[in-house]
Amino acid sequence: MTLPPHAPDAPVQPIFELIEVEQVFEVPKPGRPLFSRETVGLRALDGVRLSIRKGTSLAIVGESGSGKSTLLRVLLGLDKPSGGRALYRGKPIGEARARGTGFARDVAMVYQDARGSLDPRMTIGAIIAEPLRHFNIVPREGEAARIAQLLDRVGLPADAAERFPSGLSGGQVRRVAIARALASEPSVLVADEAVSGLDVSTQAQLLTLLQSLQRDMGLTLAFITHDLGVASYLCEEIAIMYLGRIVETGPTDAVLKAPVHPYSAALRAAAPQFFEPLSEPLPGEIPSPLDLPKGCRFSTRCPVAQSDCQSKDPQLGKLGSGRAVACIHPITQA
Amino acid sequence: MTERMTDMALPPVLTLRDLTVHRGAAKILDRVNLSLGQGETLALVGESGAGKSTIAVAIMRLLGTAKVAGTIELAGEGDLLALTERQMVKLRGQRLSMIFQDAGAALNPSYTVGRQLSTTLRRTQGLSTAEARKRAIELFTSVGINDPEGRMSAFPHQLSGGMQQRVMVAIALAGSPDLLLADEPTSALDVTIQAQIVRLILTLTRERGASCIFVLHDLALASQSCDRIAVLYAGQVVESGPAHDVLEHHRHPYTQQLKSCVLEIGTKTLTAPEGTVPSHAQMPPGCRFSTRCPRALPRCAGEAPPLVPLRATAAGPLDHHIACWNPE
Ligand SMILES: Nc1ncnc2c1ncn2[C@@H]1O[C@H](COP(=O)(O)OP(=O)(O)OP(=O)(O)O)[C@@H](O)[C@H]1O
Ligand SMILES: Nc1ncnc2c1ncn2[C@@H]1O[C@H](COP(=O)(O)OP(=O)(O)OP(=O)(O)O)[C@@H](O)[C@H]1O
Ligand code: SF4
Ligand SMILES: [Mg+2]
Ligand SMILES: [Mg+2]
Repeated sequence: MTLPPHAPDAPVQPIFELIEVEQVFEVPKPGRPLFSRETVGLRALDGVRLSIRKGTSLAIVGESGSGKSTLLRVLLGLDKPSGGRALYRGKPIGEARARGTGFARDVAMVYQDARGSLDPRMTIGAIIAEPLRHFNIVPREGEAARIAQLLDRVGLPADAAERFPSGLSGGQVRRVAIARALASEPSVLVADEAVSGLDVSTQAQLLTLLQSLQRDMGLTLAFITHDLGVASYLCEEIAIMYLGRIVETGPTDAVLKAPVHPYSAALRAAAPQFFEPLSEPLPGEIPSPLDLPKGCRFSTRCPVAQSDCQSKDPQLGKLGSGRAVACIHPITQA
Repeated sequence: MTERMTDMALPPVLTLRDLTVHRGAAKILDRVNLSLGQGETLALVGESGAGKSTIAVAIMRLLGTAKVAGTIELAGEGDLLALTERQMVKLRGQRLSMIFQDAGAALNPSYTVGRQLSTTLRRTQGLSTAEARKRAIELFTSVGINDPEGRMSAFPHQLSGGMQQRVMVAIALAGSPDLLLADEPTSALDVTIQAQIVRLILTLTRERGASCIFVLHDLALASQSCDRIAVLYAGQVVESGPAHDVLEHHRHPYTQQLKSCVLEIGTKTLTAPEGTVPSHAQMPPGCRFSTRCPRALPRCAGEAPPLVPLRATAAGPLDHHIACWNPE
């Protein structure tokens, strides 16, 4: 049930809105004979509904391979979804992107593979100068100072500007990627694992920086992370994904305090805790996205699954207090 | 994982003595001293850029043009730095193996992941093509790759980041190494699969009494999975010892700083430390943390504090050590 865009009581238009978004990749059919070109569809996103309000911060967490990066690629307009609608300020993202530099300047991205996203033949200074020039952010004479300022913001020494990506450690490369993303002074930052692989004190520097940009300048954040502590510190809202679907959303604190989807609960329980034994793995095999389980796609591993879970496919339904869950037997608070 | 498997009478499996690495004029590692007992798991933690990967890659002797000094002693082989490249080629994948930090970059983009794993199996285990394929599917299953048969024919770019990482784990375990170097093997994985992979690595290494070095950033995960911890800052070991001592009774100001930045679920206030690591050109000759240390004394910047045991009497190489002139 979507409101018409100009209804008088329409809520503020979200920055991003995904409506029943699907992304299907054609992949080689398992076991196909050599030289055969037979393919099957892999549903990396399957009926994803999500809206991101201006100035909010959203954490996207979930199973590896559940479609988080694919979702960000759709948000950025890098991939056109194979089904559903993906809107940026009410317009299809593809159109917004094609219409010139506005979108590209407004929406910045930090890629999961930070090293792969930087040109190895360019110095760090040149890498950061690129968006500065492309979007005319500073006059040429102010460029060097701005680069130094951006490097300092992400905790790199000024002389890093003369180095090449190959001369930097994994964490340093990640900081360069963040500095480049901030260079265009975006109003939306979409970040894929932007702080994973950093030591906790550098992470603290970046997270406090992002939080102040978010609070003071109204930066909208969509932040993929595996670290629930990071999600809880930085993001007001959380979306938890499993096998191409969002299975639970809501305010981060409430969701992490009392998750209602059994997968969210498993994720919550697996977060590392000092000197506790490592958590028990979820039972069962991780299903193949090429051969999705019938009914609820978590049913093959769900500790509270009942017989109807194998036949009914639960949709994301509202719970109140801004929360929603896709589960037939959600966990009720004890 | 609190039981210590170390028999103090056994000599360490691996001992680094004054390991120093230069790249050009930059001293990337500065007199690193570390030991690892048989069957033990050691976590290397610390500042990004501190040299954790450099230590692991130095042990593999894959540092290329960097200048390496000191010794890297592996039980039964002597100083690895004295071996010929041919001898090293034999050790890699068999006695030593490594899971590299950038899984995406470590995999060859033009071969299927199945082929990359089978090749390793044929080379290190002498398996036939058919045997290697069968074993590869088993290994993919054991690291939690769904549809392992189908994924044999996938190219790296067709896999999610987390799946690429699991492929790397499978390749590293293929040769059943005595010492596994795992450079952030789970940074890209969700926490349920992280726990599964760390368990898997620990089970597979412990089953054969193998030792393991983990490079990690998550101190809570280190406490759950490692017997000992070494904390690095700018190329120096600043504190090392049993996990509990280092995490709960740490004495070095940098370890204290790290601990204060740990985010747990529900943490809402975070005070980020000031400043950054000095560039190599501006590195103080003494304690490298002195430019940011709240407890620094006048002598700290000029005189390097040695890594010494906290309890001087009868201290072994595996006990709690610290390098600081003014510990907490
Ligand atoms: N270009 C592609 N071709 C074929 N399959 C793809 C492609 N990109 C992604 N996939 C598949 O789509 C699914 C979702 O992948 P995606 O990278 O979005 O996961 P993710 O949630 O970001 O995982 P991770 O946490 O491991 O990074 C996976 O099964 C992946 O193998
Ligand atoms: N190929 C190289 N050439 C020159 N300097 C390098 C090279 N590789 C790494 N360095 C430098 O060596 C230092 C140590 O790097 P290393 O990769 O070992 O750090 P790390 O502790 O693993 O960091 P991270 O946690 O970020 O992965 C860093 O200052 C880095 O800039
Ligand atoms: S030696 Fe000095 S500067 Fe270094 S950590 Fe100790 S007190 Fe701080
Ligand atoms: Mg991803
Ligand atoms: Mg590293």
